[in-house]
Amino acid sequence: MILEVQDLRVEFPTRHASLVAVDGISFAVAPGEVLGVVGESGAGKSVTGLAIIGLLEPPGRIAGGEVRLEGKRIDDLPPEGLRRIRGRRIGMVFQDPLTALNPLYSIGRQLEETIGTHLALSPRECRERALSLLKEVGIPAPEQRLHHYPHQFSGGMRQRVVIALAIAAEPALLIADEPTTALDVSIQAQIIALLKRLAKERGTSVVLITHDMGVIAETADRVAVMYAGRMVEIGPVREVIHAPRHPYTVGLMGSIPKIKADDGFQRQKLLQIDGAMPRLNAIPAGCAFHPRCPRRFARCEAERPELLAAGASRAACWLHASR
Amino acid sequence: MQAANSPLLSLHAVSRDFDVSRPWLNRMLEREPRRLLRAVDKVSVAVERGETLALVGESGCGKSTVARLIVGLYTPSEGRVDYGGRRMQMIFQDPYASLNPRWRVKSIIEEPIKHLKTRQRYQDLLQQVGLAVEDGEKYPHEFSGGQRQRISIARALAGEPDLLVCDEPTSALDVSVQAQILNLMGELQRRLGLTYVFISHNLAVVSQVADRVGVMYLGRIVELAPAAELFARPRHPYTRMLLDAVPDLQMSGKPRTPVAGEVPNPLAPPPGCAFHPRCPHANERCRREVPPVIDNVACHAVAEGRI
Repeated sequence: MILEVQDLRVEFPTRHASLVAVDGISFAVAPGEVLGVVGESGAGKSVTGLAIIGLLEPPGRIAGGEVRLEGKRIDDLPPEGLRRIRGRRIGMVFQDPLTALNPLYSIGRQLEETIGTHLALSPRECRERALSLLKEVGIPAPEQRLHHYPHQFSGGMRQRVVIALAIAAEPALLIADEPTTALDVSIQAQIIALLKRLAKERGTSVVLITHDMGVIAETADRVAVMYAGRMVEIGPVREVIHAPRHPYTVGLMGSIPKIKADDGFQRQKLLQIDGAMPRLNAIPAGCAFHPRCPRRFARCEAERPELLAAGASRAACWLHASR
Repeated sequence: MQAANSPLLSLHAVSRDFDVSRPWLNRMLEREPRRLLRAVDKVSVAVERGETLALVGESGCGKSTVARLIVGLYTPSEGRVDYGGRRMQMIFQDPYASLNPRWRVKSIIEEPIKHLKTRQRYQDLLQQVGLAVEDGEKYPHEFSGGQRQRISIARALAGEPDLLVCDEPTSALDVSVQAQILNLMGELQRRLGLTYVFISHNLAVVSQVADRVGVMYLGRIVELAPAAELFARPRHPYTRMLLDAVPDLQMSGKPRTPVAGEVPNPLAPPPGCAFHPRCPHANERCRREVPPVIDNVACHAVAEGRI
């Protein structure tokens, strides 16, 4: 396994109480696998990503559990040790490509600097590598583009540059947090295709964090669904999309509008989950979803469900308990 | 007085230019001409009573400018907007920015109608959008994004408008909340006979709400068709490309043409058909001549029967 996360717990201490943003999450990512992490705002998906790479903003901190990269524990490393891993073994792509690039340096310089920091290469080799990376991520006329500054690139091209930076040192793992959210739909499709191709050709594992189930369906091999800091379901992407097992996933899938291409279609109301995700300071006892769940029963209010086998997936729902 | 069967709203070749020139002194010193950006280019479209017309397109295509032209937040540079109803209202994308944080919800809702003698009670308006009467005493920060958008809708309904112009009303919301708002808007339309102009970049959302769809590219409506027809048989190459770019949630594995290129700079649009650099069917004529709208599609290849 490239990445193993065991019982991860992230807390944000406040004056009154400690808010638990991520509550006991476990998953593993195999070499070359794309794991999608999906959830609505506040579900804890981005915090999970930041905790893995050790970039939690204080006072947020890992309060329990383990993160292992290629078998070695990384959550207890000192900042200097983590810094060496970031960029070298773990690459990162964030939502906004403009803030990820330095506006004062040409992208050639930024790429060469990144490559030089992580790999023992001569300046000449760094430049050649920068060039081949730009080619690989599909930037036309890379020789000229090396000398350009971030503001001279369009949003889609910028995100390509960020991806080139992220894979510059051939990391084993790429963490992509909403990499297509700021982009138009036609550009989004191009970036999805690029991520997919890179994972396949280079055998890089990817943790793809997004709120967009469509992006997950296109890219991921497996998908983890998060709700209120907990993982409610994890399974093969096809299974989760076509046969969701957790009532929250069922509601989430039903609430996504779908394009119906047949003539004379009857427009149906979207399935809706009433209410909203609880705030972190008011997470209900038992199953966090039970107040909104159409299928709740007594046990859901009292006892928190663990992930239980449900078809080819696992779901944290008492409906799947063997009686 | 409008005849009863005339459209509620019609745009006649409406254009809007924005002046994006450098400051006067720079222009004088550097001998630069004025620069105009044509955000909307001769858009003609009519909206019937009780229907939902959706305008869809990528960023910079002019869809939000059309919304603002309709409600009069911008005046057209050319062309004319005719409105046959009494009132119209607008709902904005960001429910955090569009509500005054210092006002109680009931004041927010009553503001547009406070000068009227006979008026709807804010209590009824709140209930209509699925909020509680007591919520009127609260402030906007006490609500989630979805609830705030309900407040925006209640405020928009206060003046009993015939037409609601909705500019990306669910784009800032999570998908389960989006479903709640879309369902609510559908319900209100049936109950109150509202007419919607619905602006969105999301084709799936549009297919959920629209009766007719206009696809915009670089300031022009390149295709206009009933929703069922547009999604079943897209005609303009750009519409086809957009539909191909939507992630396939059903995972049907149907073959798709990869999307190429990006929207060009609107300050220097390509000559001829603005879509020709990205179009697989472009020929010499497309590079030279702007295609006229024929049978609701602006495309030479469609008009010539090449595709």
